[in-house]
Amino acid sequence: MKIPLRRKVIFYILLVVSAFLVFAPALIAFMMSFMTNQDIMSGKLIPTTITFDNYLAVFERFPLLNYLLNSFIVSIVIMIGQLMLSSLAAYAFVFMEFKGRNFLFFVFISTMMVPFEASVIPNFQTIRDLNLIDSYAGLTLPYFAMAFGTFLLRQNFKQIPKELKEASEIAGMGHFKFYLSVVLPMAKTSLITLGVYGFLTSWNMYLWPLLATTNDSVRTVQIGLKQLQTQEQLNEWGVIMAGGIIVVIPTLILLFLGQKRLQQGLAEGAIK
Amino acid sequence: MNEVAIQSDGVATPDFKKIKKKQQLIRFLKGILFLMPSIILFAVFLFYPLIRTIYLSFFLTDASGSTTVFVGLDNFINMFSSPVFRKSMQSTFLFVIFTVPGTVLIGLFLAILANEKLKGIGFFRTIYSSTMGISVAAGSVFWLFLFNPTMGWLNEILNFFGIEAIGWLTDPSWALLSVSITTIWMNLGFIFLILLGGLQSIDSYLYESAEIDGASYFYKLRRITIPMLSPTLFFVITVSLINAFQTFGQIDMLTSGGPQNETNLIVYSIYQEAFMNYQYGTASAQAVVLFVIILVLTFIQFKLGEKKVHYQ
Repeated sequence: MKIPLRRKVIFYILLVVSAFLVFAPALIAFMMSFMTNQDIMSGKLIPTTITFDNYLAVFERFPLLNYLLNSFIVSIVIMIGQLMLSSLAAYAFVFMEFKGRNFLFFVFISTMMVPFEASVIPNFQTIRDLNLIDSYAGLTLPYFAMAFGTFLLRQNFKQIPKELKEASEIAGMGHFKFYLSVVLPMAKTSLITLGVYGFLTSWNMYLWPLLATTNDSVRTVQIGLKQLQTQEQLNEWGVIMAGGIIVVIPTLILLFLGQKRLQQGLAEGAIK
Repeated sequence: MNEVAIQSDGVATPDFKKIKKKQQLIRFLKGILFLMPSIILFAVFLFYPLIRTIYLSFFLTDASGSTTVFVGLDNFINMFSSPVFRKSMQSTFLFVIFTVPGTVLIGLFLAILANEKLKGIGFFRTIYSSTMGISVAAGSVFWLFLFNPTMGWLNEILNFFGIEAIGWLTDPSWALLSVSITTIWMNLGFIFLILLGGLQSIDSYLYESAEIDGASYFYKLRRITIPMLSPTLFFVITVSLINAFQTFGQIDMLTSGGPQNETNLIVYSIYQEAFMNYQYGTASAQAVVLFVIILVLTFIQFKLGEKKVHYQ
């Protein structure tokens, strides 16, 4: 199928214009993070001199490194927790037969109807009463169990041939061993997809870290950015933008690497 | 280790029926073992809070959130007669009307563009999905500058065309729209990715046979692409609806609910009532309203989605 030249030109124009519009806010921020204050104040588009002062300033004046480390720890812990819990649950729904399985599956579905935002008050009280405010556990625990992840992996586990399970039973392999040595390696791509998704969403969390942290000890970088924005003077836009760029770089890299996989995986988990 | 111990127990019983029952129990226990971690966490952080929120909504509380006086439905009655809450509901619904069609239509437009087999299309796909990797906090900071009344680009552009500057975030008649534009931009990446996935799963055979019949581009778009994409579109619409009702971060960063409560969306209103005014009872009543809205939307998604999904 060949595309006529005229249509090709129209498409490229639309693609380029759209790309520019979508990326403009991030691009402007990126440019500004390398500008001197004079450049920003005079409304320059492109920096006359490239300066790294904004980046130095943001690391000097703020415990940004600390925030970044906290965000990394929180996101990785949530990611691992989600992968473990979702894969265990998905395994039970695919490979194990027992009374009440369908009911439990319904329970998992019903969790999708409860928005986290609506249950945030008791959750805050629970974490507070357990003395987990300002702790990694308090930040991560509520996010381990995940219906979406379970469904996505269940969809994938279903494609593993049942004969493998039968063969493993004859060989005397128990459920847990089969799960570890056969199912998990075979579902590697789905696990990676879910992992990328889990990391992205955890890194970008806002409401819960805002409530569950009161000091810098475990505060994540998103809340750090809010502080940066409220504490900096209005004429320090370069510093604020440098902070913003640092915050989005890890997730943007992850997204660029995993975009194709994420797109297929999300569609599978969501639609089927 | 556990499994071995239970199994040897089972063998010891002579009666066949008993063995069968025992085996069933063992199977049940093993299944539960795999599901246990998820079930416990769902119970603690989802089902318990749900019940607790409903319970709290019938009480007045002290500053730490302990219940003090049972007030029955008073919290709900006061809430629905409160002009602030009514304003908040109105803003929330307006916000939904602004953002959901905006996000889905622009996302669809971008997905259709990016689905063409052209050289370098991968680059454009990456750019269009990029806002998924930009957090609410960072995105808000980026837009905060664009909206800046004196230096921001938006007013600079208006100025260039000789139009008077707009107080994007400070003018009550603009603030909600400004926050909506930011939100559309933030959610675009995710919606784009899902729609693109949907487009790519459409059988190319359909297009080829239409091609042979000499169908035009727009004919194919209307008669093949949109109908075949309808399950994905439906999913994307409900997800955007639910997301819109749960919006919080950009409100907190951009407007703090102002000016004049114009952008005081429901989750922000709950947050303020609970964690700034320490009125956990009334905040819970609002959370119950949010829960009911999401419940209805999810239910519609399951019921309608079920029918629409299976036709391929």
